[in-house]
Amino acid sequence: MASKPAKEELILPNVGRFQAASLPAQEETTRSWKRLKIGVPLGQFFFNGFTVTSAFIILSLVLAISAVLAVEAVPALVRFKAGFLVGTDWDPVNEQFGALPFIYGTAVSSFLALIIAAPFGIGVALCLSEMTPFWLSDILGFLVELLAAIPSVVYGLWGIFVLGPFLRDAVEPVLVRYLGFLPLFQGPRVGVSMLSAGAILAVMVVPYISAVCRDVFSAVPAGLREAAFALGATRWEVVRLAVLPYSISGIVGAIILGLGRALGETIAVAMVIGNRPVISASLFMPSTTLASAIANEFTEATSDIYVSALIELGLVLILMSLLINVTARLMIYKLITERFSR
Amino acid sequence: MNTLGPYADTYRAWRKLKSAAMMGATVIATLLTLVPLFLVLSYLVRQGVSGINWVFFTRLPRPVGEVGGGMGNAVVGTLELVGLASVLAVAVGIGTGLYLSEPGRNSAAANAVRFAADVLMGVPSIVVGIFAYAVVVRPMGGFSALAGAFALATMMTPLVARTAEEALKLVPAELRESALALGIPRWRTSLSVVARTAARGIATGVLLALARIAGETAPLLFTAFGNQYWSTSLKQPIAALTVQVYTYAISPFEDWHRQAWAGALVLTAMVLLAEALVRLLSGRGLRVPR
Repeated sequence: MASKPAKEELILPNVGRFQAASLPAQEETTRSWKRLKIGVPLGQFFFNGFTVTSAFIILSLVLAISAVLAVEAVPALVRFKAGFLVGTDWDPVNEQFGALPFIYGTAVSSFLALIIAAPFGIGVALCLSEMTPFWLSDILGFLVELLAAIPSVVYGLWGIFVLGPFLRDAVEPVLVRYLGFLPLFQGPRVGVSMLSAGAILAVMVVPYISAVCRDVFSAVPAGLREAAFALGATRWEVVRLAVLPYSISGIVGAIILGLGRALGETIAVAMVIGNRPVISASLFMPSTTLASAIANEFTEATSDIYVSALIELGLVLILMSLLINVTARLMIYKLITERFSR
Repeated sequence: MNTLGPYADTYRAWRKLKSAAMMGATVIATLLTLVPLFLVLSYLVRQGVSGINWVFFTRLPRPVGEVGGGMGNAVVGTLELVGLASVLAVAVGIGTGLYLSEPGRNSAAANAVRFAADVLMGVPSIVVGIFAYAVVVRPMGGFSALAGAFALATMMTPLVARTAEEALKLVPAELRESALALGIPRWRTSLSVVARTAARGIATGVLLALARIAGETAPLLFTAFGNQYWSTSLKQPIAALTVQVYTYAISPFEDWHRQAWAGALVLTAMVLLAEALVRLLSGRGLRVPR
């Protein structure tokens, strides 16, 4: 043996501040971490305390929001009972409050948005996961996600000055000409309408649907795709036979999640929908939604019962949105967690 | 082998055609989806850029009828609100993320918390506004910056928590195991090894959450309320870019519309820059929760 090192050097990973090689002797190490009397290391006690408290705060926030809204809505709940949900009068001066026009407006504008957005969302996701090369999917995916990043007030601004007039002058005349016999497409054209709300919502919801669909498509086992290709399937046949059947519940979940977003969207809708609590079959008429009514009227509500009625609108909204979110999450979790959780 | 006889070629061609048509449709869908992005951004720049100058960032809004003035107070207000919200939200968010990935890993409790965080992300922003109004504004006796920040923090926390969790999950199990094997206690492993390795991902998540809440209007309408004057006090109503743009946009005044576009441009630029930064910082593996 030539030159043996005086001390054998262990090569251990350099982990953060802990240089393994320079750890003190064993007894000192165990002593250096303080322990509580019950045997739990002091640091572990604080670490668990901090993280569990944080997690508890999140858990309780969901419950607290629902509870606070329910309590605040009590005066209206007591006074109007179930009539609130089916009443069509919204007359703050005479303290008559019925939520049906708002529920109707919310439902119709959201469904309209989904009818437009769902095919696009799924199409984008298919294109990015099945067609384009990886680097291009990255760029296109980023651009589509930018649609979700633009603040809703900016969409609203654009909706007022660009989209609304465009729909009124260019799209609605075409709809009247070819589909004017439907009650959907009748009445005066004023620029603020259910149609503009649906259109702007569609733009805002597409990135959510496509992002979730992409996650779902990437969770399809590679073997399924490869098996289909090996049988000589074309690209579309692979999608139809392997990708879509496997991910159908995830796609539905994504669309429902988009519905949840559309229901709760406030400012952009408040700016383009016209805010008139009337129920009309025509998409050209101004309407209103639960969220936009709260945004518009909350600070102007003078009487306590008025505020309470508005909060009850909020309660209806959050119940709808909780129901939708829980359903959608459950549908998506089943597919995605297997692949992404370790 | 060839069961279709003479029609085999035709059938194959038909299948290829159908495939090309369907997949082509998805490409068209993607391009069409990007059209609004392009339209909104280009119109925003065209309308807004003329209104952006030194005065915009330094002056107060002028009263109705007087031309000029700026949104200096709103820019500062937005920064203050977002900063304050992150003070409230970041610790709780990261704490929850750590809980989900470390002590609570794979437990039923962690699943419940994760579910709650996802549901909380889906709660309509206007409802969060009502919540903050009932919990902060009314007890304090008036609209305040604090209430606005509280509302924003409520929206920000679950997003920080879920991205932090995703980032922490990306840390290889081997790293954690080798740390434990060296005799480092669990909590120290979690903090100094796992969390430190994931620090960049966690920071990315915070930045992303900041970008998202900076663009929120609805939760601020009856919490921060907006203010035409300089105010940085926590107990006073405070101006925010989003609220200012909203108020100006629905007003009937030409000059206010011009300013609304300028404000919207500044706001969008801030948010999109943050998003781009997030994209640059985050590795390929990091999933942004929805």
